[in-house]
Amino acid sequence: MSDISHPPRDGATPGKGWFESVGIGHLLLGFFLLVYPAMASDFFLTQIGGYSLILGMIALSLMLLAGYGGMVSLAQITVAGAAGYVVAIFGENNSGVYGFGWPWWVYGPLAILIASFASALIGWIAVRTEGIYTIMITLAVATACFYFAQQNYALFNGFPGYNGLRAPEVFGLNWRDPVPFYYLCLANAVVAYVAVLYGARSTFGLTLQAIRDNQRRMRSIGFDVTAHKVFAWWLAGLIAGAAGILLVWFNGRISPGTIAVGPSINILVIAIIGGLRHPIGPFLGAVIVTLMQTFAIDIIGAERFNTLIGMVFLVIVLISPDGILGLWERFKPRAGAEDWRSSLGTSAGKVENQGRKT
Amino acid sequence: MSETSRSTSDPLGQGQGITFRQVLLVGALILFAIFVWMVFAQWPEWLDAILISKKAFLSAILNGLTLAGLYFLVASGFTLVFGLMRNVNLAHGSLYLLGAYVGYEFANWTGYWLLGLAAGFLVLAVVGLVMQVLVFRRLEGDDLRQTLVSIGISVVAADLMLAYWGGTTYQFLTPSWLSGAVFLPVVTAVRSNGSEVFLAYPFYRLVVLGAAIVIGVGLWLLINRTRIGSMIRAGVDDRDMLAASGVNVHFVFAIVFALGAGLAGLAGVVGGSALSIAPGEDVRYLLASLVVVIVGGMGSIVGAAIGALIIGLAEQIGLVYFPTYGVVLTFVIMVVTLAIRPQGIMGRSM
Amino acid sequence: MTMKRRTLLALTLATSLTAPSLALAQSDPIKIGLLATFEGAFTVLGEDGERGAMTAVDEFGGEVAGHEIEIIKGSSDASPDSAVRAARKLVEQDGVEILIGPLSGDEGIAIKDFAKTHPEVTFLNGSSAAQDTTLRDPADNFYRFSTDGAQWMAGLGDYAYDEKGYRKVATVAEDYSFPYTQVFGFMAEFCKAGGTVPSKSWVPIGNKDYSSVIAAIPDDVDAIYVALGGADAVNFLSQYYDAGGQAPLLGGSITVDQTVLTAKGRMKDVLVGTPAAGPTADTNDSEAWKEFTAAYKKQDGAFPSPSLFAHAYYVNMKAALLALEEVDGELSDDQQAFRDALSSLEFETPTGKVSLDDNRNAVADMYLTEVTEAEDGTLVNELVKVTPQVNQTLGIDKEEFMALGAVSRENPSCP
Repeated sequence: MSDISHPPRDGATPGKGWFESVGIGHLLLGFFLLVYPAMASDFFLTQIGGYSLILGMIALSLMLLAGYGGMVSLAQITVAGAAGYVVAIFGENNSGVYGFGWPWWVYGPLAILIASFASALIGWIAVRTEGIYTIMITLAVATACFYFAQQNYALFNGFPGYNGLRAPEVFGLNWRDPVPFYYLCLANAVVAYVAVLYGARSTFGLTLQAIRDNQRRMRSIGFDVTAHKVFAWWLAGLIAGAAGILLVWFNGRISPGTIAVGPSINILVIAIIGGLRHPIGPFLGAVIVTLMQTFAIDIIGAERFNTLIGMVFLVIVLISPDGILGLWERFKPRAGAEDWRSSLGTSAGKVENQGRKT
Repeated sequence: MSETSRSTSDPLGQGQGITFRQVLLVGALILFAIFVWMVFAQWPEWLDAILISKKAFLSAILNGLTLAGLYFLVASGFTLVFGLMRNVNLAHGSLYLLGAYVGYEFANWTGYWLLGLAAGFLVLAVVGLVMQVLVFRRLEGDDLRQTLVSIGISVVAADLMLAYWGGTTYQFLTPSWLSGAVFLPVVTAVRSNGSEVFLAYPFYRLVVLGAAIVIGVGLWLLINRTRIGSMIRAGVDDRDMLAASGVNVHFVFAIVFALGAGLAGLAGVVGGSALSIAPGEDVRYLLASLVVVIVGGMGSIVGAAIGALIIGLAEQIGLVYFPTYGVVLTFVIMVVTLAIRPQGIMGRSM
Repeated sequence: MTMKRRTLLALTLATSLTAPSLALAQSDPIKIGLLATFEGAFTVLGEDGERGAMTAVDEFGGEVAGHEIEIIKGSSDASPDSAVRAARKLVEQDGVEILIGPLSGDEGIAIKDFAKTHPEVTFLNGSSAAQDTTLRDPADNFYRFSTDGAQWMAGLGDYAYDEKGYRKVATVAEDYSFPYTQVFGFMAEFCKAGGTVPSKSWVPIGNKDYSSVIAAIPDDVDAIYVALGGADAVNFLSQYYDAGGQAPLLGGSITVDQTVLTAKGRMKDVLVGTPAAGPTADTNDSEAWKEFTAAYKKQDGAFPSPSLFAHAYYVNMKAALLALEEVDGELSDDQQAFRDALSSLEFETPTGKVSLDDNRNAVADMYLTEVTEAEDGTLVNELVKVTPQVNQTLGIDKEEFMALGAVSRENPSCP
């Protein structure tokens, strides 16, 4: 058990003071995120800030499965979409189909619950196979859900989906107004982030990582591997579901296009670009992708946006399997200049040699 | 030598359970008998009422078979590459679409459709070779990254193809000897004056079906009857042992990848001629191959054939008899297969 | 403490996001957002829509009443979600005061819904043609000077029944709202005249293989009404030819347009004599249309003849500019004067007079055409007749029309 008993990779160990364990970086980042509304325009607040946090949460649910469980899922947007459709059906919409008008504190938890069970179901199908099969099967499941939603008018209102989904007004605040919505997304994202960060060090988190590293061993020790994996899917479903609610409040609508193949690959791209090794990765990736998506039309024209993002993705996968986080790890300034020298040593040596030859 | 290796390895060939196959065989025979009756008998009223018309039913079956042929062409490359290299190449659909475009350009340029077909195969085989040598070989042994890279390639490829060929739809002008309808010796209806109405069916589609069968048999022979085939089978069974026995594994990999990509390109031309070429077809055929190989069993050529048959028929029958959920049907089949037999019909247990 | 570094990295990245908020003060140029499909499979259509809009802007010399017109482009991929996202960027980030778009039907419904959350901005349609963008639950600040898909069908049902003598017609169309609207428009007339539609085939979006669908069409229908566009139409027609199809065809507005007629293939036989209806006709001899075509062709990459999309974007952009001219570019007071000008605007387009009804939807002339083979062997849409001033309720009393219900797979029905 030696290789799984130590906490994942890095970070503070429990046992230090809370200040120590939270870390100065977290405090600075938290402070920045809290005062961000004072600096940003409404557009930057919701379209960049809020949207990145939402996408980051969905990608975080993927990171949970892939990073700790070794299961790369392409169905996370489907899970978020399940929550979104619950909101549309049980909340209010103006598409003239359903819209029971239940209060948010009923349909909200219900949406998250249904999404988590949908996630567990997808997981139950997916864990029957292993490794790269999971990608294929979740892609196929996601596509099946997309087609079904597109064809079904009785429940999903077909191709147009649902319009006019409004965030509720609570405590006299409209939660879709820029500042409240930003803080709402931030609060959700922080809860999810902290839950994943500390959950990874819980017994369950460690068991899951041990299963990722050696499934056969864990099974022979007596762990119910399938149950652990499905439970991880269920947990990921909670995060993706919460993000799904925020997503439909953000868009004001949901349609099969929301859960199509493109968006589902987009989530994977976000998670990979950010990095799967630490829960901050998906959020980093989300910020980068959202910025690129929003401003690509002004810089390179919208036409070739996909080439740009695809190239970035390819480069990241090829040179740094751990995404931006991995790049940071590789090039970050280390304590003392020796690391610099050793990492640059080879190339510097070559230059010297060449210099001597000429 | 080849005798023993065939009976022991057999992963790309037959399944294992004798009893299972017997059950399958009996069921198939009964279905076949019913089917033969349905093809040649004049349909009673009640059957027409259930199945719309004999013409609709038989056309759906024939279309299902030809679609299965097309799916097999695409999926066989996918499954070969996976079987040997454990490489889930999610850019396989892009190879299909690129093959179609390249074939179109060549056919247009030379004026010969058959040259377009050849170009689709050859150019894509080269593209596949380059992909394998430049990209996938570097990531050997890292299944996940190979798959991620293939996703990245597919995203970029789709966008670049859109940039170059635009969003318009292309259609091949198939040579005149291939186009038009032929009358099959099957009576679909009898007119009031006693003359019989025969089933008309596009000739090209019959050719597609025939070509798929020929290529399928060819692949089977290649894998089961040739030296390179025995290397491939050995590689599927145990890559390391193959390498240890002095075979240049990378050479085998490159050949198989080129073959798989070439087949996808060939399928692009064939499919683009039966239907049309447009952006989005890459994802469509990628998904089709995914479902086909998941149902049929990853890594098995026979499995790909069976999977293609099931999915092709299900899709066309679904389109006619319950169009609303016809698209979903194929995925239901996939999930059911996974629940009963996670490794697929012909797949080896994992 | 690598984690610290990591979060620091996030911090650095995040700081770069605090771009200063843009001052949205009323400045001299008037900002107009142009929302169309500049990505995805409909890029070609979106670009032609842009050409149409720019033709109108060029007509005004790029300025109205001394105010320069600044066009800011927004791009969608034809999905409603991406349309809303692009519109939100145009309104909230770029600060456009008027927004023109989108291109396709369900985008239109989504943008109408979005318009309600931004009452300070005026929205004009692009080329989207779903009925409920303006008919049910309309937005006060959404105007459509182009018409809807049901209006486009005006005249076809009667023509099929009276002139062609068809009594039983089967329909084949894609499975979403725009084709529903087109089938509705056709059947409203055809069924009222006494015809029946025993079979309606809704083909799932993205399906390219129509041969099984064709085989399932009953043998005893007089004609087949086909509402498919572009690639789908080409696929259907060539497969119909390959299957040896005998029944004559009737076309939707985008079934027999130039992209289909000029496509290579052996479907000429099944196309000649196919009537269709829509807001434009290729062979329109009127001076206004010829002038419009000439002006349109000055745009980069223009087609030989403006598409339906170029026409719709042109009409909507021109309406916006005319109304701006009327109020001297004055957009203060929540654009009230501008909107009043829009509501009462009545002007001559290349395809005849256009005005708005109470729901801010256009009343305009519709064109009935028939495919004929020109002397040089090419296929053209010959103008058969003009149905003047078609309104959104197709001449039916509004209450009666509303009672017909929203369009869907099942509605209308007359087997």
